[in-house]
Amino acid sequence: MTTTEIPASTSSKLTRRLGFAALVSIVVFLAMALVISPPDVSQRDAVRLFYLHVPTATIAFYFAPAIIAVGSVMYLWKKSTFWDLAAGTAAELAVIFSAFTLVTGMLWGKPTWGLYWTWEPRLTATAVSFVLFVGYLAVRKLDLDPVIRSQRAAVLGLIAAANTLLVRYSVQIWKGIHQGTTISPMNMQISGLMWGTALIGFVSFTLVFAWLMIHRFRVAWLEHQLAEVGLDLAISERRAERDVAGAASTDVRLTGEGA
Amino acid sequence: MHWEFVIPGYLIVFVTLAMYTVYVVRKGRALSEQLPPEKRRFLD
Repeated sequence: MTTTEIPASTSSKLTRRLGFAALVSIVVFLAMALVISPPDVSQRDAVRLFYLHVPTATIAFYFAPAIIAVGSVMYLWKKSTFWDLAAGTAAELAVIFSAFTLVTGMLWGKPTWGLYWTWEPRLTATAVSFVLFVGYLAVRKLDLDPVIRSQRAAVLGLIAAANTLLVRYSVQIWKGIHQGTTISPMNMQISGLMWGTALIGFVSFTLVFAWLMIHRFRVAWLEHQLAEVGLDLAISERRAERDVAGAASTDVRLTGEGA
Repeated sequence: MHWEFVIPGYLIVFVTLAMYTVYVVRKGRALSEQLPPEKRRFLD
């Protein structure tokens, strides 16, 4: 492909295929989660929120923080713009998916626990994690030298990623009202159609996350490139102004000397 | 039973994802148009 044929978008062959797979899996997931899978014996239809809550929590507190942690370490170590932008992208998605986790958890909590919210360990740790992800994005918007800003963001990114371990183990450490692990190879508590629906939910949301991660990263990369182009342009304009001013002063000096 | 909690949950998640997807795609297109092709080097 020549440079003139490159389309003005963030899509590519890979992301088009990924997007199609994500779309198909979401349609299958919605059919299974809302129509085909049966209601639970005790939770009735509220169990359908489980299919939404668990995959979004997995992305918010496992996948995205892993990328934030790796990206932050790589930035602090190698000063790599790629990893800095990757960590920033993952943090934005962590905010979105942790918000989904909180909202679906509250909606699931009302029919199962009888309340939307309580300051029990898992819920509190999740809320703290959400605030840390938002704080990370706020740091990335600070009006600072880009290197200092990225360094501070990387340090906060590592703290936010480490905090997700607290979210993960809060149930075991403090034993609140939140249930423990439902889907684990060591302790499987669902089976049959419900297990199949949960699995498709995981696949769908992972594909969606991967698609968004790639596209959002490319947007961040374009923003970075545009800022560099702007900076190059400003420097060349400044140089041109200096050259014009220099030439004018030389003319004046020569004219003076000649007179 | 409990559909009054289930439907809002699904709506919030999927409508938000759809809106965010549109935002990302449109922003990507707008930024790409402002850059020379050689600067869009992430493309395969």
